[in-house]
This record gives sequence, C-alpha cells and structure tokens, in this order.
Amino acid sequence: MPAIRLTKPWLPLVPTLPKLGGQLGVFQLANQDDEIIYIGYAGGNSLFGLRSAISQAANEIPKAAKVRTEVTSAYLSRFKELLMVHKADFNQLPIHNSDIKVGTLSPS
Amino acid sequence: MNLDLSHEQELIVSMVRRFVREEILPLELNLDPDADEISAEDKARLVKKTKSMGLYGLDIPPEYGGPEIDLVTRTLLAIEMSQHRAGLYAPCYGTFGGAGLAQLFEATDDQKERYLHPTLRGEKRGFFGLSEPSGGSDPARAIQTKAIADGKDWIINGSKLWISGADKADFGLVFARTDTDKGRNGVTCFIVDTDTPGFHVRRVVHTLRSAHYATELQFTDMRIPSSNILGELNKGFAIANDRLTRQRIPYAAGCIGVAIKANEMALEYVPQRETFGAPLSSRQAIQWMLVDNEIDIKQSIWITLEAAHKANQGLPYRKEAAMAKLVASEAGGRVVDRCMQMFGGLGVAKDLPLERWFREMRIRRIGEGPSEVQRHVIARELLGSSLR
Repeated sequence: MPAIRLTKPWLPLVPTLPKLGGQLGVFQLANQDDEIIYIGYAGGNSLFGLRSAISQAANEIPKAAKVRTEVTSAYLSRFKELLMVHKADFNQLPIHNSDIKVGTLSPS
Repeated sequence: MNLDLSHEQELIVSMVRRFVREEILPLELNLDPDADEISAEDKARLVKKTKSMGLYGLDIPPEYGGPEIDLVTRTLLAIEMSQHRAGLYAPCYGTFGGAGLAQLFEATDDQKERYLHPTLRGEKRGFFGLSEPSGGSDPARAIQTKAIADGKDWIINGSKLWISGADKADFGLVFARTDTDKGRNGVTCFIVDTDTPGFHVRRVVHTLRSAHYATELQFTDMRIPSSNILGELNKGFAIANDRLTRQRIPYAAGCIGVAIKANEMALEYVPQRETFGAPLSSRQAIQWMLVDNEIDIKQSIWITLEAAHKANQGLPYRKEAAMAKLVASEAGGRVVDRCMQMFGGLGVAKDLPLERWFREMRIRRIGEGPSEVQRHVIARELLGSSLR
C-alpha cells in the first residue's frame, strides 16, 4: 500500500465551512491557484471537530480559498504523513507549516 | 525474593510519583488527548529536573554516565512513570532520557564513537529494524532481507515493516540474512546510516495509536562497510533475541502502571456516581469488577518483579520475562476494559484517558511478541528438548 496523498477535489472554503461536520480528521487549505498553503487537523480538543478547526485556521490564513478534508481517528499520524508526503513532493513544507519538524519519507 | 521495598527504593519511587502528578499530569490538560510529545521548552525544563533528581538516563550503564539503578527499582519506576494519559508508549514524554539502542553498548570503540556517544548526547537517533512483511514473531526464519559480500562491503536488499522512528533517525540497526543455509545462525546486524544511497522510508503505517506511526522501509543495493557490522558475522540473532527478552520487563511494567491509574480513577468515581438512588459502589456487579482489577494488578506486579529480580541476580529469566509480558499485557487490557464499563459513556469519550489506554493496551498483546509467542517461549522453557 503506497503512502497516501489527499487527492479529493478542492472545495470553495466559505460555502463549504457551514456544511462540515464535527468529526475528527485532517484537512488541507489551498490558495486560489490550488497550491497547498496549510495542512491541519481537528483533534480531540477541538470544539466542533473539522468545522471549528478549519474555521480557526482560515481566520489566521487570509489567503486560504479552498479546502479538502478527510475524516479519520488517526488524525495525528495522518497529519504527520501528509506533511512528510508534501515535503517529499515539493521539497518543502506548506508555507504556513514551515515551523514543524517532520521525518523524511520517500513515497513511491 | 524480598517483597519489602528498601528505604532508598521508597524514596526514589515517591519522588517519581510526585514528578508524574505535579509535572506531567498538569501538562496533559492542555495537550491533544492523543499527543505523545510535549513542547521543546517543557521537555528541556523537565529534563533539567530529572537530571537534578539524579534519574536522567535510567537505562544507561553507570560507566556511560547513567545512574546506578537495579532492575527491580527500574521496574518500580516504570510502573510509576506510565501513570498518565500518554504513559503507556511515552512514559513521562521521555524526560527521564533513554539508553538509545542498548545493543550499541556492545559495539566496537569506533562504532561507539560514531553512533553510541552521539546518541547518548542526544545528537543522533537510531531505529531498530528487525520485523519484515514476512513476519516479526519468528525473525530467525522470517528475515528475507539479504546482505551479500562485495569486497570489504556488503550489499543489502530487502524491506522492513513496523519500524518506529526510521523517518527521523540518523542510523538504524538492520538485521539481514548473510547465510541463507544457516537459519538463525545466518543473520547479521548492520549499523546503517539513513543517508546511505538505497535507503528509503516508503510509507507510514497507521495503527490504533493516533500520534505514533510505524514505517515500511525498502533497501535497494545499499552498500554498507564491514566495519558497520555490530557484533559478529552471522550472530545477529543473539543481539535481537537478547533485546526482545530484556524489553519484556519494562513493557509489562508500563501495562501495570496504566492499569493502576485506570483502577484508581474507577475507585474514585464509583462512590460518587449514583444510579437508581444508590452509588455505583454499592452494586455487587461493580464491586466484583474492582476486585478482579485488584487481582489482575497484583498478580502482574509480582510476576513482573520476579522477572526483574531474576535478571538482576544474573539468573536465567527468559521464562519469567515472557510470563510478565503475557500476564501484564492481558491483565492490563482487562482492567482498562472494566474501568470503561464502570464509567459508561464517559469511559469511551476522549474527555478521559481510558479510551486511549483501551486502544493502546490492545496493541500491547501483540507488540514485543504476541501473547501466543510468549506462551510458546514459556512452553519451550518448561518442556526443553522434548518439545519439537
């Protein structure tokens, strides 16, 4: 089984936010050009799961225009995996995750 | 075996217990319920404290700067250090330090200089690469990764699975078959730098532990010098086996600590929680769960301490270590399960650590050799050469 990228279609952030549920999971935010600018997660302390975690992240990242999500209870390891895969694909972390230390992955 | 703690043991145990309650538990109030790390600032602050307590690097031999702690005391401390939310797999978030890879204490002087000392100084990280997609419980037969001699080097090809920390490591101990006809006597341990061409961390393996992941490694024509063989050629299985036996005691102790903490929570909760006009503690169904917990915990403690005592005395302890791992991991799972039942809906919510312990305790019956392998080890010790 290969390392898994998040490949769902991007959704416009503003109309999507109110439709999101309260599940735990991971998400990516992109700018208008579909460039991933932030990877985040909704953890066990989030007030309303993905909806509140994405809302909070979007408030802090004005250029966020699009979102895609994945519901998972393994949100922490999946979060780290997405960061590592991004680093492997683009040789750097998303601009708003640059202060995080992650391991090195060589996905197929 | 003397069952009384010495005055010194009591002092050290109470010091660590206070550390967990005053330093670790408050930190967890602000962490994600599945977190297995604390901030670098908090870690540095707490490491300073464990150093001032004289308890940093508990598993490092005194000649390398560790405190002189016998294995019984070390087991008692492991029981204390796991009594918090992340305690099963991240006891005290690593603030008591680690020994790195204990096998490196047997390395050559040159290898110690390149790998052991930097690891003890916190400058390098290592991983332990034994299990493969073909199996982990029977490494002597399951290892298919091959190393073929090429001049003074070895060329390694193959893969490893369920490997922790390889993606962040600077080097690892990789077990490979160097003689295909000799079974367990044909396995060699190589020290492999992770920047070696042909070394790949191919994917993350997600498990019940949300914060932690295992990795799958692939080796493609990886060239390793003979000077990086740890121990002797074809004697790698002894290195792996020694590690597997030794690990079973602290592994058992961690299960006991979590079981103690879960039971302590239940004992506080059931007198307060009322159903149908009476506290839960007045119900026989609840009382029996608490009694069963107490028995599970006590038997796990004594069996584990006996294993530690035997190892301390330099006596054979393979059977006792297997019994400790088997009993403590299975009993720990039962205790946490009963406590969840007593807490009802709250028991399965992330508000309490029980649901995390339930998930992680399930892994304990598989990790470091599943229950069935422990029973196999015990049977082999009991039946000896009559067992085929």
